Amino acid sequence: MSDAARAVERVARLSYGRLVARLAARTGSLADAEDALSDALTRALETWPSTGVPDNPDAWLTTTARHRAVDRARTGALPIAYEQDLSRMAEERAATPAPATDPRLPLMFVCAHPAIEPALRAPLMLQAVLGLDARRMASVFLLAPATLGQRLTRVKAKIERAAMRFELPEGPEFDARMGDVLNAIYAAYAVGYNGIPAGDRKAADLAEEAIWLVSLVAEALPQAAEAHGLFALMLFAEARRPARTDAATGALIPLSEQDVRLWDAGLLADAEKALANAARHLSLGRYQLEASIQAVHAARRRTGETDWAELKLLYAGLVRIAPTIGARTGEAAVLAETDGPAVALSALDAIAEADRRSYQPWWATRAHVLARLGRVEEARAAFDRAIGLTDDPAARLYLSARKARLLHS
Amino acid sequence: MQYIIMNYTPPADHPDADAVRAAADGELWGAYTRALLDAGIMVGGEALHPSDTATTIRISDGQRDVQDGPYAATKEQLGGFYVIEVPDLDTALEWAARNPAASSGAVEVRPVITRAG
Repeated sequence: MSDAARAVERVARLSYGRLVARLAARTGSLADAEDALSDALTRALETWPSTGVPDNPDAWLTTTARHRAVDRARTGALPIAYEQDLSRMAEERAATPAPATDPRLPLMFVCAHPAIEPALRAPLMLQAVLGLDARRMASVFLLAPATLGQRLTRVKAKIERAAMRFELPEGPEFDARMGDVLNAIYAAYAVGYNGIPAGDRKAADLAEEAIWLVSLVAEALPQAAEAHGLFALMLFAEARRPARTDAATGALIPLSEQDVRLWDAGLLADAEKALANAARHLSLGRYQLEASIQAVHAARRRTGETDWAELKLLYAGLVRIAPTIGARTGEAAVLAETDGPAVALSALDAIAEADRRSYQPWWATRAHVLARLGRVEEARAAFDRAIGLTDDPAARLYLSARKARLLHS
Repeated sequence: MQYIIMNYTPPADHPDADAVRAAADGELWGAYTRALLDAGIMVGGEALHPSDTATTIRISDGQRDVQDGPYAATKEQLGGFYVIEVPDLDTALEWAARNPAASSGAVEVRPVITRAG
C-alpha cells in the first residue's frame, strides 16, 4: 500500500472509531454500533483513495451509515432506532463543538475491562476502535480467523448483557484500569513487532496501529504518565526496526550489535520527547522504566558506548515494580556486563523452573552467559533449547550461527 | 487434550544442498523435540522417510490398486508428526508455530480422540 493510501485509510479508521464509540456509548451495544457503521467504513476504504478524503470525514461516514441503516431497518436487519441515533449524531456534530473527551477513550476502557479475557482485549480494541477485520488480525494472534471472530462476537454480547459502562472510571480505580488499557495496547504491539523479522506485513501493520492507539490515549490524557511512557517505549522499538535484521542472511541482529546509523533519528527524537512528557508527572511506572532502558540503549548512537551501570539501576527498579520473567531475564543480561557472567548465571538460576522452562529468551541469555564462562557443552545445549523454542525464523538463524561459532572456537 | 502436530515440508529443491541442509535441519528438529520433551507435554511422535519411499494402496470392487508414491501429491509432504498433551488449542498452536516446518512448509494441528479412562 502506498503512503498516500495508508494516510487515507488512517483518516477513515480514526473517524470510524470515534463514531462507533459515540454510538455504542448511546446504546450500550458495541456489536450493533459496529454493524451500523462497518458498511460505511468499507465504502470509505473503497472510494476515498480515488475521490480524496472528504472535508468532514465523520459527516460522510454518518450520512453513508444512515442511508444504509434506513435500508436495513426496512428489511429488519438493524433496529430502526439506529437510523434516529445516526441522524441525531449528524445534527449534534453540526451544532456543537467536539466533546471534551475523545469518545474513543471510554470505548478503550470497555475493551480492556477486567471482566474480559486478557488475551481478547487487544484484538477487541483494534477492531472496535480502528475497525480492523478479525480475518486480518487472527493469524498474528495465532488464532484461526473464524475462531477469533466467534470469540469477539461472544465478548461483545457480554459487554451488552452485562451493561458495561462507556464512561471513564474515576478515582483509584482509574489507574488500575488504565494499566489494563495500556497492557492490551502493548500486547497488540508486541505480537505485531515480533512478527516483523519474518517479513510479515500483517504483523507490521498491527504494530503501527498499536502505536496509533497509544498516541490517542497519550494525547487525550496528558497527565497519564504511563501512557506517555508506553508511547515512548514503542517509538524506541520502532526506530530500531530497520537495524533488526541482516539484509543478506535474514538473521536477527541483537541490539548490542546493531548498526546505530540505521536507527530512525526522527522516531528516536519523538520517543525522547514522549519520555520527557512522562517524566513531567511524578509517578513512575513499568512502561516509563522500560522506555528509559530503551533511551539508554539509544544513547549509544551519540556516545558510541552503552552505559551498563545505568541499565543495571533501571532494571533493578523495573524488577521491583514488575517482576516479570522478561524483566528478570533482561536484568540478568545486564548483570553479565556489569558484574560478570557468573553473577548473571546465578540471577538466571534464581528464576523459578516452571516459569523459565519454555521461555525462549531465558535460554538464549543463559546460552550467551555459559559461552562467556567457557562452559561450551552446556552453552550448546542451551542454544539448542532456545532454537527449539523460537517461532521466529530470523531468531532461529541468529541462534544457530551463534551456536556454530561456539563450536569452532 | 491431546493434539497431533503434523509437519509438512517442501522437498529439497536442490540435491547438492541436501547434505548441508540435512545436518542443519537435524539440529533444528532435535532442538524442537527436546523443547517438547522438557516441557513435559510430548506424548509421542515419529519422523518419516521422504515421500518418494511411500506406497499407496486402495481396494475397490475387490481389486487391489497399488500405486507408487504418497496419497496426496502436494508440494509439501508429511515429514513426521508429534502428539502432545496440552490444555487447549491455543497452547497447541503456540507449539505448532515453533515447529521448524511452520516457516518452511505448513503445520497441521488436530485434536486426538482419546479413549476415556
